[in-house]
This record gives sequence, C-alpha cells and structure tokens, in this order.
Amino acid sequence: MSKMLNLKLKIWRQDGPHTQGAFLDVDAHDIPEDASFLEMLDVVNERLIADDVEPITFGHDCREGICGTCGVMINGQAHGPEKATATCQLHMRKFNDGDEIVIEPWQAAAFPVLKDLMVDRRAFDRIIEAGGYISAPTGTPQDANATLIPKEVADSSMDAAACIGCGACVAACPNSAAQLFTSAKLNHLNVLPQGQSERWKRTEAMVETMEDYFGSCTNHGECHEACPKEISLDFIAFMNRDYVKAKIKNRSLASQQ
Amino acid sequence: MVTLDAKIPDGPIADKWDNHKFSVKLVNPANKRKFEVIVVGTGLAGASAAASLAELGYNVKVFTFHDSPRRAHSIAAQGGINAAKNYRNDGDSVHRLFYDTVKGGDYRSREANVHRLAQVSVDIIDQCVAQGVPFAREYGGLLANRSFGGAQVSRTFYARGQTGQQLLLGAYQALAAQIAAGKVTLYNRSDVLDIVTKDGEACGIVTRDMLTGEVHGHSAHAVVLATGGYGNVYYLSTNAMASNVTAAWRAHRKGALFANPCYTQIHPTCIPAADEFQSKLTLMSESLRNDGRIWVPRALDEARGAGDIPEEERYYYLEEKYPSFGNLVPRDVASRNAKTVVDEGRGVGPLKNGVYLDFAAAIERDGVEAVKERYGNLFDMYERITGEDTYSTPMRIYPATHYTMGGLWVDYNLMTTVPGLYALGEANFSDHGANRLGASALMQGLADGYFVLPYTIGDYLAPKLGDSPVPTDDPVFTESVSTITDKTRQWTEKKGTHGVEHYHRELGKIVWEYCGMARNETGLQKALSEIPALREEFRKNVKVLGSPDGINTMLEKVNRVDDFMEFAELKVRDALHRRESCGGHFREESQTPEGEALRDDENFAYVGAWEWNGPDQEQTLHKEDLEFETVKLTQRSYK
Repeated sequence: MSKMLNLKLKIWRQDGPHTQGAFLDVDAHDIPEDASFLEMLDVVNERLIADDVEPITFGHDCREGICGTCGVMINGQAHGPEKATATCQLHMRKFNDGDEIVIEPWQAAAFPVLKDLMVDRRAFDRIIEAGGYISAPTGTPQDANATLIPKEVADSSMDAAACIGCGACVAACPNSAAQLFTSAKLNHLNVLPQGQSERWKRTEAMVETMEDYFGSCTNHGECHEACPKEISLDFIAFMNRDYVKAKIKNRSLASQQ
Repeated sequence: MVTLDAKIPDGPIADKWDNHKFSVKLVNPANKRKFEVIVVGTGLAGASAAASLAELGYNVKVFTFHDSPRRAHSIAAQGGINAAKNYRNDGDSVHRLFYDTVKGGDYRSREANVHRLAQVSVDIIDQCVAQGVPFAREYGGLLANRSFGGAQVSRTFYARGQTGQQLLLGAYQALAAQIAAGKVTLYNRSDVLDIVTKDGEACGIVTRDMLTGEVHGHSAHAVVLATGGYGNVYYLSTNAMASNVTAAWRAHRKGALFANPCYTQIHPTCIPAADEFQSKLTLMSESLRNDGRIWVPRALDEARGAGDIPEEERYYYLEEKYPSFGNLVPRDVASRNAKTVVDEGRGVGPLKNGVYLDFAAAIERDGVEAVKERYGNLFDMYERITGEDTYSTPMRIYPATHYTMGGLWVDYNLMTTVPGLYALGEANFSDHGANRLGASALMQGLADGYFVLPYTIGDYLAPKLGDSPVPTDDPVFTESVSTITDKTRQWTEKKGTHGVEHYHRELGKIVWEYCGMARNETGLQKALSEIPALREEFRKNVKVLGSPDGINTMLEKVNRVDDFMEFAELKVRDALHRRESCGGHFREESQTPEGEALRDDENFAYVGAWEWNGPDQEQTLHKEDLEFETVKLTQRSYK
C-alpha cells in the first residue's frame, strides 16, 4: 500500500459569482501519496458527504492533462508546484506529511467564480470566435500534400497549438492578461500557409477581443511558468509584431497588402 | 413492431455511396435556412456535423455539458487518424482500408458503411489540413505517416501524441466561426435529459441548465446525437469522468434500438489502479509495445522486485505463445493474456494487478538516448503518475476499458429507428464491428460529421419544407419538462447512506468482473441478478446533497449513474445471448484449442439490436443479418 499523508487544507468555498466566499478548513488524514491532487479532493468530498456537507465543486474531466477543464491555485501557484503539469496530473507524493495546502479558484475579473473552485472561462471562446480559425468550409479542398509546409513551420505551429485553454496563464498573471493564450492560437494559424489570407484580420480581431475582457501584458512571464504545456513567451512577441503590422495593413487599401 | 431496414444502396460496393448521394433528396440552398437542427455533443462527430450543417445554411443549436465545446473527450485521443491516401506508396488503397476494418472488426460490421468510411477517409485529411491542423511533416514539407496498431501499411496521420486534440480544435474552430456568424447557437453546460418525439418522430430535447438548474425544452426538425460511448459503465476506464450514456439511453427509452452493447474494447497498455480511490485509468500509447517486452515472474506470489528476478525465471508469455507476432498481438489478445497471468497469481506491483513492460533490452540495443527520443514523453507521464523511472525499472501495465463499438442502431443514413433522430461517432454502432482498429475512431467521428450526415440529413428534411418545428409549449415538451423537473427534485430529497460514487464503483466492479475481458454463462447470470439488486438499493439509498436549483455535481452524476444501472443490465443480457466470441467480446465457452476467440458465423453473423419495452420489462432482440459480399470470412490467427 502507498504511504499515507496527513494534510491541513484551506479550501475556498463560494456559492456563486455574487456571494461572499470563505475558506473551509479540512484536516485531510490518510491521503495516499499515489493519489492525484483531484483524487485527494475526491476523498475529501466523500468524507464531507458522509458528514452531510455538500461536496466541493471543482472543474475536471479527462484527468490526463489535455482537456483543460481542471485547474486551481495551490499555495498561490496555478496548477501547483510541479512544472509543466496540470492539476489533474499533479500527485500527492509532491507534498509532505503535515503540509498546509491552500486551494483557491483562478482569480481574474474575466473568469468569475461560478461555485467554489469552478470558474467561467467563456471569454476564451469569445477570443477564438473573433478569428481563431481558418475559413475552410467542409467540402473537398485540394489534396493535403498540394501545399508543402516545412517541418520547422509545422513544428512551430504545433508548439503553439498544444495549448489546452485551461486559463492558468491568466490566473498566474498579476494583470490577468490573456496574451499567452491568444498568441498561442495566433501563432498556430499565422505561421501556416493556409492561415495567410485571414492573418491580419484575425490578429486585429483576436487581440482587440482579448483586450475587451483581460488585462494588459507587462512581460512578467508568470504565464509561461504556470503553463502545463510550456507555451513559449516568444509567441507573445510574434503576436505584438503581427498586431502592429495588422493595424497598418488593415487600414491601407487592400491592393497594397 | 420495429423492422430493421439498413437502407443499404444497391450496386457494387465501390459505387454504393456515390449512387446514394445522387439518389437522396436535396434541400435547395435557399431553403436550408428554414430548417432547425439540434446537435448534442461537441466532440469530433458533433462539432464537425454542427459546423458543416451551419456552413450549408441550416440553423443549428449545439449542446454540450462542458464549459466549452473544445473540452469534449475526443481531445484525449493520442495516436492518430487513418486514411487511405497511399502517400507512402506501400500498397494502401480504399479497398485495403475497407478490408482491414471489416476483418479487424471480426466480421461483425456492415460492409457498406465501412466502405464509405474508407472512401471519405481521404477527404478528411484534406479538410483538416485546409483548416490548419498541424499534422507531422517530413523535412521536405510533405505529410508524415506511421504504421499503427499492427497495420501492414503506413496510413496513420498524426500530430505528435495529441492527434485527437488537434483534430478537435480544427472542428471546434470551424464551429466557433459559425457561432460568430450566427448560424450556430451554443448551449454550454447543458445536460440533455430527454429526447422528445411527436407522432413517432424526433422533435427536440429537454435539457437541464447546469448553472441554474432550470429545465427547458428545445425543438427542431431533426436531432443529432454525437454523445460518445458507454465505457464509464465500468467506473474505471480511460474515458473522461463525465463521459456517459445518458442521452443515448434516453433515446433508447424513446424507441431507438440499442445495438451490440456487449462490444467493448479493452486497451492493453494502461497504468494499473493504485488504490481504492483511483478515479480513472490512464492509457499509455500502444506504440510502447513496439520496443517493450511484456513479462511476469514465473513463480506465483513472487516477492522480489523486477531487477532481482533472473532471466530464466521471467515468463515472456506473449513471445512464448505467439512467436511470430510476440508483443505486437492485437489489443484483445494482449489484454486477455494479461488477465490470465494476473488471475493465476503472477501479477506485479503493490496490488499484484499488473504485468511488466520492460525496456531494458531496447535500452541495451539502441541506447538510452534512442529510447528517450521515441518514448521520453510517455516515460515522463508514467513517472508523474506512479513516481517510477522506466529507464531503470520496468513499467507496470494492465488492460482497461477504452472504447465501445456498440451504440444506437443506425441505418446507412445514420438515422436511428426513431425518424429524425440521428447518431454519430462512438454513439452509433455501425463501423467497427466487434473490435476497432487503432486510429480509426477519429476517422469515423469526422467521417460521420463532415461527410456523411450533411448529405443524408437532407433526405429526411426535404419533404418537411414549410413545416414549423413543434413548439416548446406543446404537451410533448411541457410534460417531459415537468417529469424531468420532478425527477430531479426527487433525487435531492433522498437522504440515504452513500454518495453516488459508491454506487458507481460497485456497479463497475460487477460489470468488470463478469462482463469485462472474458465472459461466461455463470458469471453473466450472476451479474444479471446482482445489477437489479444494486440498482434498487441505489434508487432507495443514494444520498444527494445540495439544491436542484443551481450547480450540483452530485445531481448531474446521479442521473448518469441511474442510466448506467439500466444500461449495464442490457449490456450483460446482450453478452449472455451472444454465445460466440468475436473481437472484444470473448465468451470462454467459445474458443479455439489455442485459446483464441472462436466466432460462430452460422448463428451470430448479425447485429443484435434491442428494443425498450418499459422500465421493468426485458428488451426485445431484433436482428440485422450481416451479409458479406466482398470480404471472405476467415478465422483470425496471430500465431
């Protein structure tokens, strides 16, 4: 059997977006160190239910670090202490017996708390809807190999496309900025040949939608540190470059592009 | 009385789809905007269908229980997507992909559907590249391919180990464009709790808003379910936590026949459960079997660690039993053999519930760097979960439920036995027979959504031009809304002894034990008596806390487990009636002298589709005979 940990948890509880929240103190004893962080919360919840206390609400689904549903602040760090790891993939062996763990939801004006540790991230969908796509209606386009895409370009596109949209970047940022998320999608599409026709329109629309919801970037780099997919800060530089170009190009005559 | 008409078009197999596309009725482009279509689910099948229908001009309402369409469980698919492009010049063709899929499915799929799947596979890759899916490329800029799951040609396209994620993001982005254009209305965090019919035809759904608890009716001219599989009936599976059978099951209760529920694919390389609190199992890519050697100690109840067991005391059971395929035998064979050795008492790990997958030989042969290059990310993932280092100690693996081949019965148009109700992707039964080949799930989801439904739905809608959808104040909606509302409230009034997880876990234990990797008459009979007893106790004693009028994750789950409790019984009954072994369904009574699955084509070459007769009645079995005009039936052998 795996080693057991005894932990002191402080878990944020809040009924809804407009109600006052508070910490719940929980003595979590006998937590197996092989459990994942979310399984630890499952155990806590089963015990709360046994005591007729409503369980803690938290977002989660795949528990493989790819769907992006989960994510909490663990002792002030988005997704906790392990690098390049989403909350569901963090395991309790990274903690010590007797530790105090403070668990809070993402905190950002654009991500209102829905209940306890669950937040509303629909602002991310609005950014994608503003232009985070290539218009290619279903049909039978040209053969997939008709356009050569150098491996380096495909790799860079994929590095950016690996973003899981969890929102840790926003939660970790002192300004609640969404530059890392937005730039990842822009880099995914803007470096590809297929993405060129809509590049400038896309960039301007996505950046400006982002600014409607989120704060401004001041180059702290906390987003990259928190990112479970280690999305590169370079993409933010690419986005800023493309945005400046887009502002000029979108305002000049189309014939000059 | 239900009659199963698969509506398979006439003509040679290679011409059926083209002939059918020409013969179906069309809806004029200007008239498409007069139709409303509901799509439930935003995985590969749902998102691709919703986006494609909206692009054609239909008004689409799309529903998901997630916060964003991008989180559907298709996102977790790792390996790749098959397509008969023959880019590698290695002899692949539409016919070969068709043949491999029928054979791989152990001759329990419908030939015409599989051929269409192979045909449109090539269009899927073109479509996805046009959308910007960053598939792996060669240095020259052409698309890369690999061989996958024992296929003898390289036809699998991939995006690192995240192919499902990239394909889903492609479909999600196409959907987002249509949402922005106003052609799709998105209802997120909505749980579908009923399918509404009027005069025998599907006219809408009833949903519970998971934020407010409000129950609403939504109407349309047609309803499309793309709601995934039923793997979570086992409690522990590689499925996401919220994956469920509810929408499909409630469609079944409204008249849609449920086909082949006993077919389940067990994936051989997952990380074994660590303790009682285990909430789900994690799949490790099948590619690991290319270089890893699978073994267990020869001695029963071995106490030594892997490193202390000398070579001659190791039992490389796959290599010994299957000298030509060795560790690369198909998924079902690898899984069953792992079960056998663990049941014998040769299991490894703290709970003796796994087998070793050992890379020592590969490291010695190719060097640490080469192995790291190939599998480094998987070893890292394994280390995060288990705390063990695969470079110095063998990985532990065990099979887990992964994919479900059964589902709602559909005809060639993907319509269920309820007119106007369609089922796509893993939610239907049609293409994989009794076993699915690696890298074919993504192909089927996208084929259904991008290239099949958008053509076939017009045939049903065209005659309805001018009809308005049934209004949501019609009694068929208001009665359903009030029934669902009452039922939801009743759950929250239960102050029983155990939470819902407890009952789900107990159900999973029964289904896994008696209807898992190997099934037999006695065990299945036992399950048939235990499941109803558990269901009754669950309905009486489950404890649901909190209010129905707001976010209540226990309430969401209790609805799903309630449906699993009914579904499990049908699954077991189907397994009991099918007295043959085929693909993922292994009946111990039906095996070759070597212990391989033995089909009974004489008596069981049919689709078993079950009709709901009411809550306390047994379902009625209907049979769709499978005719194999093109592929010759043979016994699989991997010796």
